[in-house]
Amino acid sequence: MTDLLITYLPILMFIAIAGILGIVLMGLPMIIAPSQPDPEKLSAYECGFNAFEDARMKFDVRFYLVSILFIVVDLDLMFLFPFAVAYLDLPREEALFAFWSMMVFLGVFFIGYLYEFRKGALEWE
Amino acid sequence: MTEAPDVSITYDLAVMLPEIFLALGIMALLIFGVFRGDRATGFVSSLGVVLLVAVGYFVYQVTDWGADADARAAFGGSIVVDRFGSFLKLLVLTGGALALIMSQRYLRTERMARFEYPILILFALLGMMMMISAHDLIALYVGIELQSLSLYVLAAFNRDSQRASEAGLKYFVLSALSSGLLLYGASLVYGFSGSTDFAVISTVVAEGAPIGLLVGLVFMAAGLSFKVSAVPFHMWTPDVYEGAPTPVTAFFAVAPKIAAFAIFIRVMIEMFGPLVEQWQPIIIFISIGSMAVGAFGAIGQNNIKRLMAYSTIGHMGYALIGLAAASEAGVRSVLLYLAIYLATNLGAFVCILAMRLKEGMVENVSALSGLSRSQPFVAAALAIFMFSLAGIPPFAGFFAKLFVFSAALQAGLLPLAIIGVLTSVVGTFYYLRIVKIMYFDEPAEAFDPKIGAALRLILAGSAAFTTLFLVFALPIQAAAARAASALF
Repeated sequence: MTDLLITYLPILMFIAIAGILGIVLMGLPMIIAPSQPDPEKLSAYECGFNAFEDARMKFDVRFYLVSILFIVVDLDLMFLFPFAVAYLDLPREEALFAFWSMMVFLGVFFIGYLYEFRKGALEWE
Repeated sequence: MTEAPDVSITYDLAVMLPEIFLALGIMALLIFGVFRGDRATGFVSSLGVVLLVAVGYFVYQVTDWGADADARAAFGGSIVVDRFGSFLKLLVLTGGALALIMSQRYLRTERMARFEYPILILFALLGMMMMISAHDLIALYVGIELQSLSLYVLAAFNRDSQRASEAGLKYFVLSALSSGLLLYGASLVYGFSGSTDFAVISTVVAEGAPIGLLVGLVFMAAGLSFKVSAVPFHMWTPDVYEGAPTPVTAFFAVAPKIAAFAIFIRVMIEMFGPLVEQWQPIIIFISIGSMAVGAFGAIGQNNIKRLMAYSTIGHMGYALIGLAAASEAGVRSVLLYLAIYLATNLGAFVCILAMRLKEGMVENVSALSGLSRSQPFVAAALAIFMFSLAGIPPFAGFFAKLFVFSAALQAGLLPLAIIGVLTSVVGTFYYLRIVKIMYFDEPAEAFDPKIGAALRLILAGSAAFTTLFLVFALPIQAAAARAASALF
């Protein structure tokens, strides 16, 4: 039990250091940084001009759609890279199994892609 | 419990044949639907029902129903197929198939006929089958997520309606929270037991559980209580039931609840079985809470879907009594309860789907007044379902409660059984109120009498089952007993 938990010790130390470091970096400026408040420092600006409009405007929903589709491809690659790296070291029968497992995954992925494509999610206009 | 894991992949695939067949079928339907467009909705739905029937047949075939047969384990024990799981899978598939049939006409008249609807229902069912079979924390979570993601979209399926979008969003946020609780509990359980396999965890737990494991148990119980909408994690249920399209609500009320109950029982009895003294008070607490909220919360409701939501919460409380008993008789009574609940609730929702005036659907309870004169058949059926939900003999609901209470008595939980009887007396009030409105109140505008042959058939079928339960009681009870024996 303790052996198992010991293996997680670096993570615990990392969390502690990250926490301390974060608090110190946020706290130090409050104490040592020079402070000269000015309303201009807080006001919005666009490349030197006064702001033309409110920054909270409506985005076209297609931006979200494209970003979500991008995440899917991203995750797909996250599987493919470790797979490709480990693949060549596998013995023959296991390599075959690994190959077809990945093909099944890509097949499911392809069906999802086909659905998006036919639905017109990839067309901008 | 499980036989020695076989390493051959063909064996694994054979054990999971129903799920794999369903997954392939869904993908084929998805491609078919996207090429044919929304015109194909009816066809895709019908093919979906055929697919579910085939999957049900495979579930029946792949299971070893023998009284002392071991479970079949696949993929290193992360998936098991046993009598308990297959019994519940058949219930879930029945609920899903009937919900699909019930939806068809509604989708057309409400102009929501998009072919993704049956696909999403099928994906949710696939996730539920995974959940029911899961014998490993990771497989469990994958199943729950596959189910939940489909259900979020289904809740908001009528995307032009503000209420449906609200329901979908609310369901998504709260369900994600509960998944987080569940995951946190699962990570603690894994951290303190060193394995994600239920069987290994159970042996570790039997040797004495450290406090961290108990915390994990509590978190997992909280996450699962959300999925069965047990108090104090029930708040989402009335809003989601009210906002979601009615056939989706019908689906929500049966299939996900049964699947969540399956995994609740599996986690508590199989994984945490040795810790029964620790989790029994939790289950007793949420059971009493659910029964009370279900009984008192429904009294003030005028929207029939909200009322059914509180009714669901109450019934989940009654079913939890069986789990609290933590015995073979208890599990058997839960399985029986869920089967009866499925039949009665689907029937009641068919009646709600029939509540359509010329202007569109209505959900107000008072709109039911005079139904006994305008549509005596539907009114009689709804009255039967209400009597059954209230637990009045000789209808099915009475026997469901009877078995649950007797299991509690056998386990020495007399106070729990007494509270159950008392809350069901309170609950009888609002069920009978609906009967009174239908039969004795001044008639309101009559509903559109055309509800379609399929709905009529389901209505007649479930009414017959509910009324003549005594005829079916023996085989169903035998099946439930056999299924329950797989866990002990």
